[in-house]
Amino acid sequence: MIVSSQAGIDETTLVLQAREGNARAFGELVKHYEGKIFRLAQHVTQNREDAEDVLQETFMKAYEHLDQFQGNSKFYTWIVRIAVNQALMKLRRRKTDRSVSLDEAIDTGEDTVVREIAAWGEDPEQRFSREELGSILDSAIQSLEPPYRSVFVLRDIDELSTEETADVLGLSVPAVKSRLLRARLQLREKLTRFFKRKGDDAFAYL
Amino acid sequence: MLTCKDFLNELTDYLDECLDAEVRTKLERHITECPNCWVIADTTRKTIQIYKGMEPYPIPADVETRLMQALEKKMTEKHK
Repeated sequence: MIVSSQAGIDETTLVLQAREGNARAFGELVKHYEGKIFRLAQHVTQNREDAEDVLQETFMKAYEHLDQFQGNSKFYTWIVRIAVNQALMKLRRRKTDRSVSLDEAIDTGEDTVVREIAAWGEDPEQRFSREELGSILDSAIQSLEPPYRSVFVLRDIDELSTEETADVLGLSVPAVKSRLLRARLQLREKLTRFFKRKGDDAFAYL
Repeated sequence: MLTCKDFLNELTDYLDECLDAEVRTKLERHITECPNCWVIADTTRKTIQIYKGMEPYPIPADVETRLMQALEKKMTEKHK
């Protein structure tokens, strides 16, 4: 299991040691973050082979440019930025997929997507096995358009701040917020199909 | 008077708890009076919580092996 960046190791020391060429220290940093980076890469590229490339390239580049890490951001944010850049390059290379640009104009209209309104039970996720839940959550994310998906993954799964997310993706803070709202509402909508209280019909409150 | 549309526009900041007290109070008053917005806020909050609670799967063994091999090669090259 991958623990969060706040827990356990003295990261600053590891980074310093790694910078001086201590391979074991760098190995520990890799072990600490590889799970999160691989997941992020899978979410952004939607492709296991690409995700594996992104994983390797991220840590190779991090090792190569370790002396450029200033220590004024978190190490994790720094490698996330590398990973996102690598993942976006993969997407752009897939020329056949027209829906990949993060910069493309997206509809930021105010009509936010709310079609189904039904209350969920208490701890609705308990009704599913870990595997079922994982696949429900993954497929809901996969159905989001890339601009929304990247923001949601960084902000709500990898728990970067709004400012960090904006910085990593090269977006303004308001753009992050509006995409995040759309992503959250779309996912809410998709999960409602699985998690709504039994016996509750859609529009029961209308 | 706050509309449902106003509420939705503030929903992200509301759930992230980064609103000033005055706006927050208005939104909270709205959801006590509007069952639809209450449900949307509650289920969106749960959506975020469920995703936050998911640990990444362990990296598959073959992916891990190839990553370590690639890094070892890289480290050897850098220190030649």
